[in-house]
Amino acid sequence: MAMPPPTAAASPSRTAAKTTLEPWRDPQAKPYVRVEKVTKKFGDFTAVDDVSLSIYRGEFFSLLGGSGSGKTTLLRMLAGFEQPTEGRIFIDGVDMSGVPPYERPVNMMFQSYALFPHMTVEGNIAFGLHQDKVPKAEIQDRVREVLELVQLAQFGKRKPHQLSGGQRQRVALARALVKRPKILLLDEPLGALDKKLREQTQFELVNIQEKVGITFVIVTHDQEEAMTMSSRIAVMNRGYIAQVGTPTEIYEYPNNRFVAEFIGSVNTFSGRVIESAQDHSLVRSEEAGCDLYISHPSHIATGTPCWVAVRPEKVTISKDQPMGGEPGRNQTQGVVKEIAYLGDVSIYDVELDSGKRVRVTAPNVTRRTEMPITWEDRVHLSWRPFAGSVLTE
Amino acid sequence: MAAISNPVPGGSRNSAGLVPPEPVEPVTSGQAPGGAGAAEPGPRGSGLGLLSRFRPGRGVVMAIPYGWLLLFFLIPFLIVLKISLSEAQLAIPPFTPLTETLAEEGRTVITLFWDNYRRLTGDDLYIIAYLNSLWIAFVSTIFCLLIGYPVAYAIAKADPRWRAPLLMLIILPFWTSFLIRVYAWIGILSDTGLLNNFLMMLGIIDSPLRILYTPTATYIGITYSYLPFMILPLYATLEKMDNTLLEAAADLGCPPWKAFLTITLPLSIPGMLAGSLLVFIPATGEFVIPELLGGPDTLMIGRVLWSEFFNNRDWPVASAVAIALLLFLVVPIMLFQNVQGRQQEAGRG
Amino acid sequence: MPKSWFLRIGLVTGLLFLYLPILLLVILSFNANRSVAVWSGFSFHWYRELFNDQQLLSAAWLSVQVAFVSATFAVVLGTLAGLMLARFGAFRGRALFSGMVSAPLVMPEVILGLSLLLLFVSLEQLTGWPEGRGMLTIILSHITFTMAFVTVVVQSRLVSMDASLEEAAMDLGARPAKVFFVITLPIIAPAIVSGWLLAFTLSLDDLVITSFVSGPGSTTLPQVVFSSVRLGLSPKINALATIVVAIVAVGIIIAGIYNARQERMRQLDEKMAAQG
Ligand SMILES: Nc1ncnc2c1ncn2[C@@H]1O[C@H](COP(=O)(O)OP(=O)(O)OP(=O)(O)O)[C@@H](O)[C@H]1O
Ligand SMILES: [Mg+2]
Repeated sequence: MAMPPPTAAASPSRTAAKTTLEPWRDPQAKPYVRVEKVTKKFGDFTAVDDVSLSIYRGEFFSLLGGSGSGKTTLLRMLAGFEQPTEGRIFIDGVDMSGVPPYERPVNMMFQSYALFPHMTVEGNIAFGLHQDKVPKAEIQDRVREVLELVQLAQFGKRKPHQLSGGQRQRVALARALVKRPKILLLDEPLGALDKKLREQTQFELVNIQEKVGITFVIVTHDQEEAMTMSSRIAVMNRGYIAQVGTPTEIYEYPNNRFVAEFIGSVNTFSGRVIESAQDHSLVRSEEAGCDLYISHPSHIATGTPCWVAVRPEKVTISKDQPMGGEPGRNQTQGVVKEIAYLGDVSIYDVELDSGKRVRVTAPNVTRRTEMPITWEDRVHLSWRPFAGSVLTE
Repeated sequence: MAAISNPVPGGSRNSAGLVPPEPVEPVTSGQAPGGAGAAEPGPRGSGLGLLSRFRPGRGVVMAIPYGWLLLFFLIPFLIVLKISLSEAQLAIPPFTPLTETLAEEGRTVITLFWDNYRRLTGDDLYIIAYLNSLWIAFVSTIFCLLIGYPVAYAIAKADPRWRAPLLMLIILPFWTSFLIRVYAWIGILSDTGLLNNFLMMLGIIDSPLRILYTPTATYIGITYSYLPFMILPLYATLEKMDNTLLEAAADLGCPPWKAFLTITLPLSIPGMLAGSLLVFIPATGEFVIPELLGGPDTLMIGRVLWSEFFNNRDWPVASAVAIALLLFLVVPIMLFQNVQGRQQEAGRG
Repeated sequence: MPKSWFLRIGLVTGLLFLYLPILLLVILSFNANRSVAVWSGFSFHWYRELFNDQQLLSAAWLSVQVAFVSATFAVVLGTLAGLMLARFGAFRGRALFSGMVSAPLVMPEVILGLSLLLLFVSLEQLTGWPEGRGMLTIILSHITFTMAFVTVVVQSRLVSMDASLEEAAMDLGARPAKVFFVITLPIIAPAIVSGWLLAFTLSLDDLVITSFVSGPGSTTLPQVVFSSVRLGLSPKINALATIVVAIVAVGIIIAGIYNARQERMRQLDEKMAAQG
């Protein structure tokens, strides 16, 4: 499935936040959470492998990765349920080594919600405040306030099993929020909800985060979810961090094959760098049947084998020779093997002369004047210089 | 699964399956009770050990049950072992101490008295009692299997609404006293008992059959008392079995009886094994049933131990019998379960 | 009911086998005659005799006291042991501990009884405690063998309990001891109650271990029943059996009503949750 790039419309709040505040670009900024060379081993199995991260105040930070990539383990180390085998974690400048979970300024929202079945909604939410010996009157106020925030004001007296899945999810969120932690950790907070509710809740979660201003660290294996909600994403693979960046960076400029292929769908052409300059790179690829010109530097030495990634929606497909451009650069030819009609777009599977299959997504704008592209048509594929990115393994 | 997870020993403690909602579940949980394999942390061990890691009072929590078991379970066995190596004497307590301080030389001598064990192997009585116990337990286990299998299968095949009440009916007798249920058979099996009267009334026999105070009565008593321990694990396996397997067999042209023999029966072997162990082990050490229903000739090792202890007051020999029983019955079975538990772990992982 | 005739017959036979002897005792307890085979009229005679049997009554009272005390202690110890096995991970000596906890489940009672007696005798020789044998030694022995059963019940509940509930409580600032008392304990309470009932019945019913460790002045109900039954039929015991069956039946009915009500509540809750 082609993944549309995250447009401004997809995450309105994020873009606003991003333009005003991008502390990770500021070398002076002090990170709120610092994960320093953290490794976690279970026996001789390495679940988290030499991870270093900086998370800034007010961020909505996602840990994204496939199953078993170590996301939960990393989160549990932040919460204090697991101790790193090596490395250290600082929260707001304080070394967390040996600090038990009940003394950390973080709270966690569990994937299973972990609502105490023998307590009412109010009891659940007040639990953490009771532990902090907050005065009774204040507890009441804060519980009411947070219940209103998650729109559960009239459900305070219910027991968890008297709530629907979505309501339980919000109670779990409220319970973790009410303690006003420095960091809120969320392990697949939307995993148990159905698709529709999930999409709706994504926006709610972002709104709530902006209202309360707490730093969120969220685990997810759903890339679309991560894209919509996050200020930044760390993509994890087999315990290490493959790339950290804003959703746009991750999507547009993946810097390795794993990230490119994990996020959305992508065509990768293997080749060899033949020109590596300050403002561009040139890659020769037998597979693509043409030279690939990329309008940003790759910092890879000439002659090195590499890959070039081009997203399907960035490729133009036509029956005629495309106008402009330099022949033999970012232009190639092939035969249409498969067409999938998806309504707004169609997906074409094109076999190049080298045998390589390329996927192209094109909007279905009917042009009466043109014959539609069909199976076994010979077509021209082309893309702009900024469409590709050079990847290492 | 063939490991016993909720095994219940010796006669009168039969009520182990009593907790109505629980009895089937522990049986299926596949945890071997013996040794290290028991109840390893959950699937990924997430959070396990957490309570302990930050618990300052952890030591105290552990010390209490640990200390209790050391004092009241482990040390007693060492004492049994020690006494089994001492000589009986007419005194209180009726055995010699192992260590003796020789007054003139001022040093301590340890005399190990192996005669008790020599007696066990030398006197036929003990070997016969031991073999007899195994045989009686074996026969009763077969009976339990024969009666229990159809019952378990019927419950597994019953309408789901009926299953819980039927299971309840199987467990229910345990809440009444074991002793009293064994006693009930005296009235049924005695020469002037119900069964003989009934058979004579029908004219099948003219003179009463001698059943009570024979090994037959012991078989009946053990089968009766331990039947539910066979039914529960059997039910657990049969109930889990995939019905579509039988449908597939039928679809492939296999008649139901053949499907039962070639599919259901082999797949329920773990349940049969688990149930058989639950019956066999405690039945071997049984004392009450042979004492009440079997005659004086029904020799079982539990009875021998009892009479050595209470009637002959020969504590050292009683101890030696206990050690031998432990060595030849309990230890092999616990090891077997341990190995099996490991294999299951490996199979699952 | 299952469809096949063969299975139906098997089921009914099995249930008859289990229940006929008990039913027989109940009927015979009202028989005016001593004999099993002759019904000579309805009578409460054996009940009267039962309630006039001072020895039996005091043994029953002793048994109930012993069962109550040992079940209570066994629940405390068994819960701690279950907690250790389910939550403490791989502590040192874990293999030995779990072996010791579960051994009484497979150990013949004669061995347990003998070993406990020898312990008490040796202890008395060494330290003068426990003085002689009696209620105290019976209770200590019953705690030891019933705690194994409590441990199994509690441990299996703890293993199936969502461990993230405890983590959540700790995450919200509760210390481990508090987590145990405020979260874990209430959640496993039903298992603890089952464990207590189980330990109570096991203790009440135990003959073999008790025979080894009891003294002259302390005879429990199973011991009295055993010595009168050993000599053959004793109609008083029929009456006793009937009373036990009646108590159990009442208990089961109450539990059934309670369960039915819980079920109704649960359905109501589900409806409520669905409506939002
Ligand atoms: N307590 C543990 N003991 C042993 N191995 C563990 C433990 N916890 C996690 N692991 C292993 O570490 C790896 C990473 O697990 P983790 O739960 O962090 O993955 P994840 O990225 O959260 O995956 P998912 O998306 O499936 O939740 C897995 O292979 C897992 O089996
Ligand atoms: Mg996870």
